[in-house]
This record gives sequence, structure tokens and C-alpha cells, in this order.
Amino acid sequence: MFNKFDVLETIDMIEKEHLDIRTVTMGISLLPCIRESAEKTASAVYDRVCGKAKDLVKTAEALSAEYGIPIVNKRVSVTPVSLVTAAFPEQSALVGMALDKAASELGIDFLGGYSALVHKGTADYEEAFLRTIPQTLAQTQRLCSSVNVGSSKSGINMDAVKQMGEIICQTAKLTGKEDGKGCAKLVVFCNAVEDNPFMAGAFHGAGEADTVINVGVSGPGVVQHALKFIPDADLTDAAETIKRTAFKITRAGQLIAKEAAKRLNARFGIVDLSLAPTPARGDSVAHILEELGLEVVGGHGTTAALAMLNDAVKKGGVMASSRVGGLSGAFIPVSEDIGMIESAEAGKITIDKLEAMTCVCSVGLDMIAIPGDTPPTTVSAIIADEAAIGMVNNKTTAVRVIPAYGKKVGDQVSFGGLLGRAPVMPVHTGDASKFIGRGGSIPAPIHSFKN
Amino acid sequence: MRAVVTVTGSDRRGIIAKVSCFLAEKNVNIEDISQTILGDKFAMIMMVETSESKEDIAKLAKDCEEMGRSIGMSVRLQHEDIFNAMHNI
Repeated sequence: MFNKFDVLETIDMIEKEHLDIRTVTMGISLLPCIRESAEKTASAVYDRVCGKAKDLVKTAEALSAEYGIPIVNKRVSVTPVSLVTAAFPEQSALVGMALDKAASELGIDFLGGYSALVHKGTADYEEAFLRTIPQTLAQTQRLCSSVNVGSSKSGINMDAVKQMGEIICQTAKLTGKEDGKGCAKLVVFCNAVEDNPFMAGAFHGAGEADTVINVGVSGPGVVQHALKFIPDADLTDAAETIKRTAFKITRAGQLIAKEAAKRLNARFGIVDLSLAPTPARGDSVAHILEELGLEVVGGHGTTAALAMLNDAVKKGGVMASSRVGGLSGAFIPVSEDIGMIESAEAGKITIDKLEAMTCVCSVGLDMIAIPGDTPPTTVSAIIADEAAIGMVNNKTTAVRVIPAYGKKVGDQVSFGGLLGRAPVMPVHTGDASKFIGRGGSIPAPIHSFKN
Repeated sequence: MRAVVTVTGSDRRGIIAKVSCFLAEKNVNIEDISQTILGDKFAMIMMVETSESKEDIAKLAKDCEEMGRSIGMSVRLQHEDIFNAMHNI
């Protein structure tokens, strides 16, 4: 039985420290929607998504009212669209538009799954699908896209890496009036997970059940607040405090996930333990690292502090949930975290440090604005570096960079809302075009052969 | 269904009376009350049973919030499972 201090602690977490359920995401298989034409498939996709998720928002709002905990986002992820449109890939945008329309109809902010998995090779239909991404993202509001270009088991598909550099730059240009917002909805992965509830990288894996509820928790502010009480504790004790806090946060997520799945007649998928920041003050992962004793995130010591935070969050969360999955760690998106924004604006964090940080946290180079004239081959090289980190370390890595069309270092991009704002950061100018132009694949590392 | 009512704000006369009256009108039974004063802050926690109320828990929570505003306090009603989940293994 809980006591009155437990009750007041929970109330404070919710009201003062930004504890919330970041997202309830319904994963829906689109495989039953494949028809003989793109038009009929798009129509079937729209009907299925609207039918399956018709009560998603209503149910999440009811749960939020009953349990007194905010549920910030309600979202949908679907089977990678490249699989659904394999017979008519050039017309994939029709399905993309249908999904965007469904998202609008349902009242959800993002729908993920305009995706392709090409880590071992790009089929002809997938290459044609990839070419539809820039235009489709430019013509839709809520649709998110992701492409998996590598895995620890299969190596890195460098032809796809090359193509994705071009696709990101095209998307940036087509959505240049909105500061390249299309690129904020496009992620390139290595070791993508099939049950990620967070955007922009969510898709519903082919190995998943028909309809699944995945929940992403949050609470950087809660962790930071807990650490404030132990300013002089050693790092062993700090890790223990983070672990205990993560346990409580995750338990709330597990409760909502199970209850939502039951009411929506879906399977309970996973709870994603990620600490997801927002641009709001008091909801920052960077500030947790600074609470641990760093003057500013991005300085020496940042990688070590992040490694400890990430591990403690996982240990607390795994104990709290019967099924853990997704990305599960700390997110470090530059534009979506007030501490990261301020550090970047002051020139205290560089893309190289961010890359180092991605070796020990759950995602990758996330929401980073780069100069608009960055060559596509350089974007590809950034993707290749990040994919290599993921491949060798058996972890998910991702790249979500925004070439700020017409802007240079020091300018700012601003997307508003959860996507936030960021200064344009410098990238290295050394030419990688010959390396990227070689194509082919980088073979899987020797330690991946485990059978 | 059991729920937890928490009342927080500046201490003043008659808070318990007002909240209990409101819950009685809604046919919500109070099973346990504890209260603490931290400085000038008042915090009251009630365990309540809502199964005889005509209103569902989401509606009761909304009504409590509105009633709280009318007396200048913060009043929340939440399903007890959120606390069970976060504070029990």
C-alpha cells in the first residue's frame, strides 16, 4: 500500500516536474490492405487506419482523466509502406496521402511508417519508393518517414546511404520555406526497431501482431529533480537514484499501456523507456547531465555522464515493465531540448561531440540543423559514420539532420511545438564524395556471426 | 472502484467540510483521511470508493477540479492504480 508521501510525490512529479506519458502509439499492420491498384490500396489503407484507431484519442483522453496523468501524444505507426506498394512503387505517394488524411481525421499529430528496410540491399521497388519520399513529405503534414540502411547482422548498404543523402537534401529544398521541416519527419536508421512508439522513426514491423499498443514514457524533469536532492552524492548513489526514478516513471507507462491495449482491443506491445525531452524548461536531458556536475552539456565528461544516465534508466525501467522495447534510453535531439539548444547556441557542443554521445545513448544525431549548402555526399558520410557506430556496437543509431536551405552557420531554424528550434551547426568540409561514390556495402562485423 | 482524492493549497477553515460535503453529494464514500500541514501548505489525502456514484471516475475527476477552483484549492481525484503502480513492486 502506498502512503501519503507517495501520493504527494506523484502529484509533484506530474504538476511540477513534467511527468507525462509522451505517446500512446497504435501499431497497425497494413498487409491486409494490398490491392491490385494504388488507388484501391490507398482507399483500403485509409479505411483500415481510421477503423482500427477510431477510438485512440478518445481512449487516451479518458485514461488521462481517470489516472490524472497527461498523455501528450496519440500516434499511429504502420507497416513500412514500401512493402504495401511494392507492385506500384512510383504511386506510393497515394498511400502516403491517404495515411496523412487518416491522421488528420483521427486528430493525431504524427503517423509513422512511410518507410523502407533496405539494410541488406535495395530492391527495384524500394529504390522507386525512396524516390517518392521528398515530394510526399513536402505534400503532407503528419506523415513520417524512416529508412533502415544498415544492421549489425547485414552490414551497411552504402548504395542506400548514398541515395539517402540525396533524398534528405531534396526534402530540405522542397520544404525550404518551412526551414526544411520535411527533414524533421525523416530518419535514417541502422538497426531500426520494429516497435518504436516515438516519431519520426516509428513503423509497425512485419513481425508484429495485427494491432499493437506501444507506449513511450517521459520524465527528464523528474530525474533532474530527484538529483537536485543529492547534490553531493557520489555517482554510484546518483545512478541508484536515477534507477529508482526510472522505475516509477516506467510503472506509470506500463499501467497506461496495458489499460489502453485492453480498451482498444489491441495487444500490449512494449513500453519504451526513453527519456524524451521537450523544448520546455524543466524537461531537458541536457540539464540532467548538468545536474550531475557538468558546467555545460557538450564539454568533456558529457559522454560518461550520458552513459551512466542511459544505463540507469534502462535498469530501472526493465524491472518496472513486463515488456520493454523501442529505443529505450536517453534522447538527445538538439532542437527539442532547451539545454541542448542553449549549449549549441553558445557554441559549446559540436557535431563531433554529439556523434560521440550517440555511442552510449539510444538514438543518434537527432534534429541537428546543418548548413543548407552541405553537399549530399557529406550528408551521406554523416549517415555512414552513424550507421557504423550502430552496426559495430549492436545498437540503434539514427540520423535526422536538417540542411537549412539558404541558411549558414549561426542562422536559426524554427519549427515550433515539440520540434523546437536550433542554430545551424557547422559540419566538416572535407570531401567524402569519392568514398560515398564507391557504393556497395560495408560488410557486417565479425562479432555479428553468432549462430 | 477506489480512488485517491488529494487537496492541496493554503490552509484555511472549512476545507475538509467542503470537500466531504461535495463527495457525499456525488455518492462517493470516504474510507480514509489523512492530512498534513507543511508550513502554510495544506495537504489532505482521502481514499474513496466511487462505485455507488452515478458518475464515472473521469467525470468525478473533472467535477473535483472545478469544485477545487471554486474554493481556491487544488483538488484531484485519481484512480488508485496510478499510485499502486508507481509505489508498489
